[in-house]
Amino acid sequence: MSANTALAEKYRNNFLKEIEEQVEMGDWVKMCMQCGVCSGSCPTNFQSAWEHPPQELFMMIRAGKREEVLTTTSMWNCTSCYNCIVRCPRKLPITHIMHGIAEYAHRLGMAPKMQPTRFFSGLFWKNCTHTGRVNELKLSMGLYFKDGFAQGIKNGMAMQAVALGLVKAKRLNVFELFGGHKCKDQKGIQAMLKKAYEIERSRKAAKMAG
Amino acid sequence: MADIKVAAYICKGCGLGERLDADALVKIAQKDGKVPLAKSHDFLCNADGVAMIRNDIANEGVTHIMIGACSRRAKTEAFYFPENAVARANLREGVIWIRPDTDEARETTQEMAEDYIRMGCAEVKAMTAPEGNPATGSSKTLLVVGGGVTGMTTAIEASKTGYPVVLVEKSGALGGWAGKLYKRTPVHEPFKSPADTGVADLASQVLGDSNIKVYLNATVAKTDGAPGRFVVDIATESGATHTEDIGAIVQATGFTLYDMNKLPELGGGKSPNVVDQAGLEALATAAAAGDGVIRRSSDGQPVKSVVFVQCAGQRDPSGTHLSYCSGFCCNASIKQAMYFKDANPSVDTTIIYTDLRTPGNGEDFYRSAQEKGVIFTKGKVAQVVPSGNTSMVKFHDLILDDTDAAVADVDLVVLATGQVANSGIDIFAAPKTAEEEAAVEVKPISILNLTYRQGPDVPQLKQGFTDSHFICFPYETRRTGIYTAGPVRRPMDIAQAREDATGAALKAIQALENAELGRAAHPRSGDLSFPKVRLEGCTQCKRCTVECPFGAIDEDEKRFPVFNESRCRRCGTCMGACPVRVISFENYSVNSVGAQIKAVDIPDEFSEKPRILILACENDAYPALDMAAMNRNEYSAFVRVIPIRCLGSVNTIWVTDALNAGYDGVMMMGCKSGDEYQCHFVKGSELGRVRMSKIDDTLKTLNLESERVRDLEVAITDIERVPEMINKYAAELVAVGPSPFKGF
Repeated sequence: MSANTALAEKYRNNFLKEIEEQVEMGDWVKMCMQCGVCSGSCPTNFQSAWEHPPQELFMMIRAGKREEVLTTTSMWNCTSCYNCIVRCPRKLPITHIMHGIAEYAHRLGMAPKMQPTRFFSGLFWKNCTHTGRVNELKLSMGLYFKDGFAQGIKNGMAMQAVALGLVKAKRLNVFELFGGHKCKDQKGIQAMLKKAYEIERSRKAAKMAG
Repeated sequence: MADIKVAAYICKGCGLGERLDADALVKIAQKDGKVPLAKSHDFLCNADGVAMIRNDIANEGVTHIMIGACSRRAKTEAFYFPENAVARANLREGVIWIRPDTDEARETTQEMAEDYIRMGCAEVKAMTAPEGNPATGSSKTLLVVGGGVTGMTTAIEASKTGYPVVLVEKSGALGGWAGKLYKRTPVHEPFKSPADTGVADLASQVLGDSNIKVYLNATVAKTDGAPGRFVVDIATESGATHTEDIGAIVQATGFTLYDMNKLPELGGGKSPNVVDQAGLEALATAAAAGDGVIRRSSDGQPVKSVVFVQCAGQRDPSGTHLSYCSGFCCNASIKQAMYFKDANPSVDTTIIYTDLRTPGNGEDFYRSAQEKGVIFTKGKVAQVVPSGNTSMVKFHDLILDDTDAAVADVDLVVLATGQVANSGIDIFAAPKTAEEEAAVEVKPISILNLTYRQGPDVPQLKQGFTDSHFICFPYETRRTGIYTAGPVRRPMDIAQAREDATGAALKAIQALENAELGRAAHPRSGDLSFPKVRLEGCTQCKRCTVECPFGAIDEDEKRFPVFNESRCRRCGTCMGACPVRVISFENYSVNSVGAQIKAVDIPDEFSEKPRILILACENDAYPALDMAAMNRNEYSAFVRVIPIRCLGSVNTIWVTDALNAGYDGVMMMGCKSGDEYQCHFVKGSELGRVRMSKIDDTLKTLNLESERVRDLEVAITDIERVPEMINKYAAELVAVGPSPFKGF
């Protein structure tokens, strides 16, 4: 049984409780009073990027719409501008709740795979933990080629002028593509991260089981 | 009229001396006003000026005083001569402050002032100083009808103030609706949990107070008389009737929950597991007496999931159910959800609302419920489908716009049905046919059984709530000396009801004290005049008895009007209604206004000086004009303003007289009428307008244009608007041309 089905089974009919116990800051969801100030304050919402603005997500959680909440792209669109936190009359840490729900959906493997924010987050983490340093060239190339080879070339061509400018100004080294620079103690960093993963995994597993 | 001596005093302070020719005004008073004693003074309202007037009263035998100074609303303490008839010519707010200080304007400004002096002299001669009537009742006992929280609070507060109280309660115990509650919404910090109702404490205070006489299982069989001398028959269960002498009455008859059987679509009456808020209180009280677990009625199983349906049968735009919000039910449902959560947090509690309204400190209470895990869902419940021991609640989720949202397997559904006032019989309801009468299941029962000509209960305004001037005089009803408090007046919760009760107790005490002294209640507080009628001229047309907004006038066995003056508010509506003009007040009569109208000097049609009469309500329009003057908002020099007690007191003869005398136009300024009325006398402006709507006939007979008479709604805040309206009307009249009646 996957983690997802196990948890769905555990919190049957009570998605709100699941969110409260499993999601960071999730215990705040019940305090929303549905005024809609967060949705009205969200700068990304002007392009109707959000399938469900925060207020609606909270209502969906209370209404037990588990599948829809965890698979939506909505909370991945949060840019952490903190406008909603500043304005929420009930002082809900909405930005943090959004990230909490996103992380939980990711952990359960339900988050939309190719959602750009999610894809980039994974790419960035892999990139910087590999050598202990961010390899900007590989990072941007990785993002360009997210949707296939042809699209990658297109994206690269579009950014050509910027890239050449950066090269001229010695802000971009083309040889970074081959290996690239590293931190002094690459092994040490990786050992440290490994231990951190372990701790996180055991804590979350305990939480999911408990 | 025995020995009247009139004196006129012209003030020269506040710039009057510079702007006006005071000597000429003195001469006008002597010559046109025919006043034997006329003087001017540099500063009339100072000690020296007032001493001069007092000296004339003492040594010159002056009985009637005409003061030409500021508005009658100003310097009332200085110009207080209760033994004398006093008229005020408004030269400051009425003349110099509303006119420009220029050479061109000087002539018309002076003419304006001269006319006001003529009017003041004419008015004062038509007045006498009100003597008051010492023969009104003197009972100091307060009757409280209803033994709920409101009634008990009224009784306790009145008793604490030193007044004896008679409390009548229909049921066998004190407490009313609040007595049936398990707990109440908290009113103290930290507003987090339901609190004790406090009813037992109130009841023991009432029962332990020797100043409060309690009749249980009793009703009011008959209420006769007037403030200060009510005689009330109290019928008790045993059949015995007790008679009490009462000074004033507070009706605190509370409310009944809207009948949930009228809501079958919400499961009302369809299942024992669908209850109203009273039903849940009963379940909670029963649970508290047992093991503390609230059980569903159908099979006695513990309730594991409960849904509260807000606005059940309320805020209904279709007109089938209640159209209003009762204001207390959101807090009540929050409180009831906590009954479950506090006992067992695993019970699912959902409140389905469209707009959550939590008055008082309810916002903290709401937050506390959220912390306890009560689910709040914004939606409109469409249907409650009971089946077996559970129900399905179908609703439209307004946030997710999901029309098929539902909560299944609900053990208990609570409908928040709202308050319906227990206000007795609607005395203005259209008479029913015999079939309609038979179709009514529960006949309304009169609460007060008043022997008043206009009906046995206090009048209602909308939705069965008793009529009161909700902005200025919330506890007043349209029956002087009878006050309503609590949910019979408007929907409210316990905290508001207790506040209401205290206010009503104080107003009732004021009423019975005023009654003893023969003084009017608001808004003419302290007025000693009362309607006097020349019965020999009365044609028994009954207009006064029908129109009196306060039911003050009854009829005797010969069908003549009987004025109960301590019920009277002195609005003068009877005086305006009387077609034979036999009703008058000592200081306000058809004659006292008519004399002013006739005193104005009307220039001929070639002078290009029109004359416009303004009859302005003294409660709103006249203060608005005064305030416009304080802001120096100028208006036409051709108007002559006469303050009137109410638009209802305007007798059509004044308008006819004015037009016959050659006035070019008449403006009547009264308060807003209708359901959203602002009239201090409730119906006065409405009745006045109905009367004036027939003025067109008079205009036709006189062969005059309909523009000659204008009826205007003026509020006290219309400080900018009133001068504009006057100037606009003056300009319109120029287009209509001068009145053909000038010079006759």
